[in-house]
Amino acid sequence: MDTTLGMSTAVDDNLTLPPATDTAAAPRIDCRNIKVFYGETEAIHDVSMAFPDRAVTALIGPSGCGKSTFLRCLNRMNDTIENCRVEGEILMDGENINDADVDPVLLRSRVGMVFQKPNPFPKSIYDNIAYGPRIHGLANGREDLDAIVEKSLRRAGLWDEVKDRLAAPGTGLSGGQQQRLCIARAIAVQPEVILMDEPCSALDPIATARIEELIDELRNRYCIVIVTHSMQQAARVSQRTAFFHLGNLVELGDTSQIFTNPREKRTEDYITGRFG
Amino acid sequence: MSKKPGALTTSAASAKHLKRRRAADGRFRYYGLSAIVVALGALAVLAVTIGSQAMSAASYHVVSYEVTLDPAVIAPEGASRPEDISRNVDGFYSLVRDNLLNTFPEAGADRNSRREVSDFVTRLAVLPTARLVAGNPELIGSRISVTAPLNDDLDLYLKGIGVRERKIRAGAISSVEPAPEGAFQVSGAGAFNGLLAGLTVANEGRKDDAVQLDVLLTSGVSTGRLTEISADTAHLELLTGRVADFTESAPTARIIQSAESERTISNKQIAWTLALQDMGRIKRAPRWTLLTNSDSTYPELAGGLSAIVGSLLTMLVTALVAMPVGILAAVYLEEFAPRNRVTEFIEVNINNLAAVPSIVFGLLGAALFINFIGMPRSAPLVGGLVLALMTFPVVIIASRAALKSVPPSVRAGALAVGASQMQTVFHHVVPLAAPGILTGAILGMARALGETAPLLLIGMVAFVGDVPKSPMDESTVMPVLIFSWSNNAERAWEPLTAAMIVILLAFLLLMNGLVVFLRRKYERRW
Ligand SMILES: Nc1ncnc2c1ncn2[C@@H]1O[C@H](COP(=O)(O)OP(=O)(O)OP(=O)(O)O)[C@@H](O)[C@H]1O
Ligand SMILES: [Mg+2]
Repeated sequence: MDTTLGMSTAVDDNLTLPPATDTAAAPRIDCRNIKVFYGETEAIHDVSMAFPDRAVTALIGPSGCGKSTFLRCLNRMNDTIENCRVEGEILMDGENINDADVDPVLLRSRVGMVFQKPNPFPKSIYDNIAYGPRIHGLANGREDLDAIVEKSLRRAGLWDEVKDRLAAPGTGLSGGQQQRLCIARAIAVQPEVILMDEPCSALDPIATARIEELIDELRNRYCIVIVTHSMQQAARVSQRTAFFHLGNLVELGDTSQIFTNPREKRTEDYITGRFG
Repeated sequence: MSKKPGALTTSAASAKHLKRRRAADGRFRYYGLSAIVVALGALAVLAVTIGSQAMSAASYHVVSYEVTLDPAVIAPEGASRPEDISRNVDGFYSLVRDNLLNTFPEAGADRNSRREVSDFVTRLAVLPTARLVAGNPELIGSRISVTAPLNDDLDLYLKGIGVRERKIRAGAISSVEPAPEGAFQVSGAGAFNGLLAGLTVANEGRKDDAVQLDVLLTSGVSTGRLTEISADTAHLELLTGRVADFTESAPTARIIQSAESERTISNKQIAWTLALQDMGRIKRAPRWTLLTNSDSTYPELAGGLSAIVGSLLTMLVTALVAMPVGILAAVYLEEFAPRNRVTEFIEVNINNLAAVPSIVFGLLGAALFINFIGMPRSAPLVGGLVLALMTFPVVIIASRAALKSVPPSVRAGALAVGASQMQTVFHHVVPLAAPGILTGAILGMARALGETAPLLLIGMVAFVGDVPKSPMDESTVMPVLIFSWSNNAERAWEPLTAAMIVILLAFLLLMNGLVVFLRRKYERRW
């Protein structure tokens, strides 16, 4: 396959391996005793959990419980928030990403993120995808870049819809297309992990279904963490589910187990719709 | 189907309420409308007064002269190099004056008349001719026709602004009888009935009957002053021309509404002006000199070129200092600076700085740049720096507002694909904020362009006759020139000031147009 895409990560080599949903395998990210503070307020209380590679982990919980906050720890986006402080260890490949000598910019090129509201750059579709590879020097020349753009758009299932108008503004696409564009943008920099914060909450059911399909395909290559308010979505796309409440990790387990046989009373109450 | 009273149909109680509410709505709309009408009315009055004044200064009267470029006069022995010729104002002026004296021999009679005829053209008005000849020495010895602007008072007279007069056509003159000492009398049956009636009207309501109104009777190039009049006969004193001109003519009478001693122009000067006009030697021409001449103490020669260039040089310095400093400061404060006491303090002070009266910046500039650093006085460099100090808080505030309005999702998106903060800011945020930043910067500059007070304090109000060649040269700027001109006593400066204001407004409109253009161009892109 395309050698340029395989040069910095092992993504393409891993393609030949079977998708790993085995949670016992070495986790992609291992969080230990994470606490997050906004000023003096502790928003996340001592959470430890691991994210397996090539699997989708869903974070669920009532509004304000700290799902987004926790998600942002994983690519250090919390650094950009005024007076937000993260404590604890987050290990990626045995390295603590919160170490002072870890460059958050490099980290973010390995841990991509998709936001709740599609936020394509006000540039052309092509430039939206090409921006990341360009600043990271992933492409040697124009042809290479073209290949990366095409490949990313194909993986995001958007290629056929936009291949004739790559120069058109990304903001002119429909909401669902924009979100897929953002996913394509995220995978163009060859991340190992993709974080998604309620990626479908601004979309209609059909667009949502497309994104869910896409997530299911992407699972074969990436470690995906998704925050969602939709129980059905969590059940459909994830292999692991973590239930948060008031900044605590209440329960973590295989999705099937959480939804059929929750251990905690609070989890059961939440997924059966008794609060939240 | 019978209609039940629903929530949307009015009951008696709610009808009253509704009526009150509608009345309040109507009143508010009326207030808003009248506010707009008042504002537009004020604007219209301003535009009309300044515009009509400026229009009268947009053209002026020039007199043409046929002169022989006598080498003995314009390039005498030992002073015939081009630079000598171009400086030989006296020589060229004597040609013009002699031409006038030849045209009006009666002016040679006494000193006073000679002065009055020389006043038609100021000495410096021949400078363009001198330069022309210096550049084309082959013209020396030939006869050429040159033009020079007419004295400003006579110019105003011809425009009908300076001296109030009533023009009345007299009847046919049948006989002319000369009398000794330039006196003569003209008669025609009932020729002066109209003039007599006009004189009665003119004398009515005048407090000072002791002073006789001057009445000038003109036929062709000749003019006489009325000394005595009846319905059929007028006794006249010849001012210029020949008595014979009045035979078989229908002269024009002018009742001058003010006494000669109250005017800046004499009866003779009026007579000569009318004569020149009749000869076709006076033409009304567009006053390009307003843009091509520098300042002068003579209104007919004054122009705004040095001030325009001074303004441009000053703005250049202001732009080079205020825009980069202001924009970088805004980007730093908005995107990079941590929020703490220090930045808060800086923020508050930038806001305060924007509210400081501009004259204070002038004091600061005089103390800091001129007295302490020792930069030249009256220089665009200092003016530009002072205006930059005044402008850059505005630029910072506008730029920060523009940066703030860039949605955070753009920053998040860029950061999430692994752009550094620097890349995020300069690849995404600043380009999106650019129209707003530029708008703020240009509007700040426009304000600086119209600023007078601080520049007075650093000496940019000095009279500047030369076009500044660098930001270090002595210079003035448009608004200061307007200020100086408006302080001049002579009547002719008034329309000139208005014209200069229009030029300044044109520059401001240009800048605002640029703002609109930039907005349109960059905001419509996505
Ligand atoms: N920038 C911030 N400054 C201060 N407090 C914050 C900030 N962001 C979030 N919080 C607080 O942290 C807690 C967790 O917020 P977070 O956004 O992570 O919740 P969430 O689970 O993502 O909720 P939702 O489902 O509504 O998105 C909330 O109590 C919130 O008020
Ligand atoms: Mg959230």
